[in-house]
Amino acid sequence: MLEFFKTLDRRWIFLLMGLAVAIPILTEAKFPETPGDLSQAVFNEIEKLNEGDKVLLAFDFDPGSEGELGPMATAFVRHCCEKKLKMYFMALWPVGEQMIQQSIDNIVKADFSKLVYGEDYVNLGFKAGNEGVIKVIITDLAVLYTTDSYGKAINSIPMMDGIDNIRKMDLVINVSAGYPGTKEWVQYAVTRYPQDIRLVGGCTGVQAPLLYPYIPEQLPGLLAAIKGAAEYEKLVLDKYGHRDADGKLDEKGKYLEGQRRMGPQLVAHVLMVLLIVAGNIIYFTEKRREGQR
Amino acid sequence: MKNNSMVWLIVMIVGAALLGLRWTLASHGFGKAYVKVSQETRYRIPSTKDYPTDEPIDRWVNKAGADKQNFDVTTLPPASVQTRVTTEDTTYAEYVKAEGQGGANSNTAPGADRYEFSLSRTVGIWFAAFMTLFVMTFLVGDNPMYKVAESIFIGVSAGYWMVVGFWTTLVPNLFAKIWPSIIRDWAMPGLSSYGTHEWLYLIPLILGIMLLWRLAPKGGWISRWPMAFIIGVFCGLRLITFLAADFVSQIRSGIIPLWVKVPQLAADGTVLHDAAGNVVTGFSFWDSLRNVFLVVGVLTCLVYFFFSIEHKGVVGKTARVGIWFLMITFGAAFGYTVMGRIALLAIRFEFLFDDWLWLIDPKMHHTIVAPTSMILPFFGLG
Repeated sequence: MLEFFKTLDRRWIFLLMGLAVAIPILTEAKFPETPGDLSQAVFNEIEKLNEGDKVLLAFDFDPGSEGELGPMATAFVRHCCEKKLKMYFMALWPVGEQMIQQSIDNIVKADFSKLVYGEDYVNLGFKAGNEGVIKVIITDLAVLYTTDSYGKAINSIPMMDGIDNIRKMDLVINVSAGYPGTKEWVQYAVTRYPQDIRLVGGCTGVQAPLLYPYIPEQLPGLLAAIKGAAEYEKLVLDKYGHRDADGKLDEKGKYLEGQRRMGPQLVAHVLMVLLIVAGNIIYFTEKRREGQR
Repeated sequence: MKNNSMVWLIVMIVGAALLGLRWTLASHGFGKAYVKVSQETRYRIPSTKDYPTDEPIDRWVNKAGADKQNFDVTTLPPASVQTRVTTEDTTYAEYVKAEGQGGANSNTAPGADRYEFSLSRTVGIWFAAFMTLFVMTFLVGDNPMYKVAESIFIGVSAGYWMVVGFWTTLVPNLFAKIWPSIIRDWAMPGLSSYGTHEWLYLIPLILGIMLLWRLAPKGGWISRWPMAFIIGVFCGLRLITFLAADFVSQIRSGIIPLWVKVPQLAADGTVLHDAAGNVVTGFSFWDSLRNVFLVVGVLTCLVYFFFSIEHKGVVGKTARVGIWFLMITFGAAFGYTVMGRIALLAIRFEFLFDDWLWLIDPKMHHTIVAPTSMILPFFGLG
């Protein structure tokens, strides 16, 4: 038996992991979520804003990390729309612009059609220059942004009136997949102007341990990976979700992506734990046998 | 037959059989994309705002936008009215609804919305599905399908970056500063007509040309000058930022009370005050424990990385505690990484099962029946 497990083809493990992820997706398994402190802090930061307050949504991710960050981007935009905040979208990643457009099409235009482009939301698009862009726009936005993402002159957009730098924003929300991302926003914006710029973020799992040291002074709230997205999504839906006559949540699937993707996470993590335990049992058993010889 | 060949044969047969089964059992097909074709009329209305530049800026708005500003669009000349055809993604469910009796497609009036099957987007879905499967075949072993997917990905990425770099960096950040009127006429109609030539930007243009010199057969050393400039600028920028954001700020964040007192709450959740009106505070065990852990963790990890003293005795034991903290941190980072990778796998499976095979439908895009009832027929049980 021990020999069998020791020489097990790794492709069986891949198959098991594939099934552990695929079956919960096919059965659409969902598990209850309990929001943690950090997700609650992010929610509270947005919740305490008033109607008409200005929010910069920096979408620094691409389709490669959409699985983790897409649901939190959706929840952020939904929350801002529900609160009737003025949304300024921008991206430091080239494909971030497409992620912004996707959010505008799927959420703002689809479910909040009363919001008017240029008055309630604006897409400033992608700007090359990584952290250099942040460094410039904290003091002077017009140097880099002469037009919006669609080529429209910035000074012809009503909601850009009086926005000469991003310190005019009441909150900065960053969805980050790596460099440049939340770390650079903390380093180049928050640290430079701690009184003027307040930042919350959502990041991939790989980045999360690197960002925890900034909590809570430089970063009041952080959504870490798909777990953070699911928790925040629940908070948003608990407050703003549509309910049927019986008070049961009746929401569109696009607003439940985070919670839905926690199903495969749970099963895959259980499998991972079992594999680690099994691997250790095999290792120690073998060691003991060698010792007996 | 070798073991590896047998695995490949099984993977291919099982994959083809499942696809064939799905094809046979899906009466409405799968992997199809639909679009909504509409006509949009836009109106060019003059702005009523006074801008600092006094620049006359007209805005293109739709009917709702014009109505919002109480502008009568019937007074506009024909040149200020534009009609364009737009195509946007729609769903199979919407298409079926439009095709039904009294649906949108029964309206044959010119300019009415139409829901259509999109061949190009359907090919896109199938191409993406096969590319996903080709990449996943690497788990079985390196193979030509994986190589094809990898090569396409690299080629597309390189091409995309070149185009993005040209249109988002060179054109707006360099050429538009030096020759604003030419760029406005050619590529960026939204640029201000009051823009002036900023000749200072000739310096980055020259530096950029010097950087490309390394591709020339002679004079490669010329590229070292702009490279030195880039390195110098970034070193200065990063050094200052790191010192402020990480070094000093982290030291400040590490100076925290080990005995934490928090405001006491009454039964109704309000903060308690004493007779003098001061907030009543009490010892918080968990907050204190967290702070103690934080401080001990920082100090012991620092000791571990302090190599000027041999790690023996008290220093050695402290460093050992530091290792434990580091190991727990690495474990947490590994856990997060696993979570991230599983999420990536999950979204690819979701794409295959939802957009391509139509086995699930969490967003209610292509099912007319309840989504869960689709899985059983796939296995021939429904």
